[in-house]
Amino acid sequence: MKSNSWKPWALLAPSLSAVFLLLIIPVCFVIVYSFWLRAPSGADIPAFQMGNYAKFFEDFFYPKILIRTIRIAFETVILCVVMGYIPAYYFYLSQSRYKQVFLLLIMLPFWVSFIIRTMSWINIMGDTGLINHFLLKIGLIETPISMLYNEFTVLMGLIMYLLPFMVLNIYVSLEGIDKSLLEAARCMGCTEWQAFREVTLPLSLPGVSAGCLLVFVLTAGTYLPPMILGGPGNDMIANLIFKRVIGTLDWPFGSAISVILLSLLFVIVWTYNRYLGINQIFKSFQGN
Amino acid sequence: MKHFSPGWTLIRIYTFLVYVFMFAPIVVVIVLAFNPKQFGIFPMEGVSLRWFIKLAQNESIIEAFRNSLILGSLTAVFSTGIGILAALAFIRFEFPGKNTFNTILLSPIMIPEVVLGVALLLFLRFLQQPKSFVLLLIGHVVLTLPYVLLIVQARLVGIKKEYEEAAKTLGANAFQTFRDVTFPLLLPAILAGALFAFTISFDDITATLFWATAQNQTVPVKIFSMLRNSISPEINALGAVMILLTVTTPLLAGYLSRKFSKVRS
Repeated sequence: MKSNSWKPWALLAPSLSAVFLLLIIPVCFVIVYSFWLRAPSGADIPAFQMGNYAKFFEDFFYPKILIRTIRIAFETVILCVVMGYIPAYYFYLSQSRYKQVFLLLIMLPFWVSFIIRTMSWINIMGDTGLINHFLLKIGLIETPISMLYNEFTVLMGLIMYLLPFMVLNIYVSLEGIDKSLLEAARCMGCTEWQAFREVTLPLSLPGVSAGCLLVFVLTAGTYLPPMILGGPGNDMIANLIFKRVIGTLDWPFGSAISVILLSLLFVIVWTYNRYLGINQIFKSFQGN
Repeated sequence: MKHFSPGWTLIRIYTFLVYVFMFAPIVVVIVLAFNPKQFGIFPMEGVSLRWFIKLAQNESIIEAFRNSLILGSLTAVFSTGIGILAALAFIRFEFPGKNTFNTILLSPIMIPEVVLGVALLLFLRFLQQPKSFVLLLIGHVVLTLPYVLLIVQARLVGIKKEYEEAAKTLGANAFQTFRDVTFPLLLPAILAGALFAFTISFDDITATLFWATAQNQTVPVKIFSMLRNSISPEINALGAVMILLTVTTPLLAGYLSRKFSKVRS
């Protein structure tokens, strides 16, 4: 085995150098840049000062966006659990011949472009969209209701994007439950509901929590749904970063906001890993 | 175990409604692509192909499609290539720090694309290089690598080491063993990984918005800039083409690989 010790490193060299060079070093640059100064001329001046962070927490404007991001992420997580658990449970117990097809179908939105899934809500909820057209037709309303560009539509876009992740995570952990446990519970006199509450639900919680973490992390960094389906008051932290970096070219401040977002996610992922273990998350990707 | 209870019926209805929620918007995009009228969305006034024809005549959209296809294919090749090597290292060898390195390689999944976009762009700025196609390519390789790695690793775990050892006992060297034993067994996962990488690259919007220039716009970036004005039937038609392309590719690949494996066995 001794003579082989260089081999894994040779195999790992391309991917490790790619990730180090193109991810880790650039992220370090973001951290360094977040302490720099921005001259009035727009030039970046190397420095070590907390001005960019102070600016973020100076008044309520920026923290409000941060809090909104966290709130929307929690709302998305809860809605995804509520909407995702039952379909996953259905796949687990269903004996339909078409079960595999159903499962493939719930994955299908993965393959449909994110931007198309997001903008498709405009067709549904726009002033001349499907819902208004229907309500006008049946005479329930006289003039179209304006439904777009608020937090609700942003949430719709987010759920459309993230629900498959949740369903998949829950399904993977349900699939791992030995069905004979359920039969045993039923034999001992449990009702179907009791068997679910006492056996299935607790055993599926690792999948639920993995799904929650994934959905939270992906929502917190999301850019597109608030951009396309939200109004001016629905910006999330990623939109702010984009505006500062691409819009006003304020690299140091944009970097500082990126570091704040990264720290938030790091704390959450670290806490999760400490108490629950991160590996469950990766299982769902290996399933398909 | 048969299910006839009212609870089970409710579960089925609920699942059905979730499907409606997930699919209605996508179906509506495809239906509206055939909407002949220029302004407003509903009601539809007949069926027409005029927006598809207009798309086919739009030089900049054809250009964006070409960019996306080239970018997606190259991303798939590079990402799968280095992903296979890394998977072999993780599954076939023991070495110190294995778990840590595995986590590092999977970390791009957990880092928001916006941060990745800023980070790579900032690095490029430090190196005083202009944005280019190469930036998009390396960025997309980093984005897709974790998924390829996960898929290939999962398959590799299931391939018994004994096959490779048998080949070696019979006198094959390491490369021959990989070419004649491991690679054919790994092929489905390699194809799945490459396909996944292609689709992620083809669809990616957030990070690509940071990295793309006017010269190398991809289709999602093009749609994004078209959406600035408002939704139009032309965007729906473009969406329908994208859906057709990204949905049929994996289905076709799955069908072909099943057919292929039947022929072999």
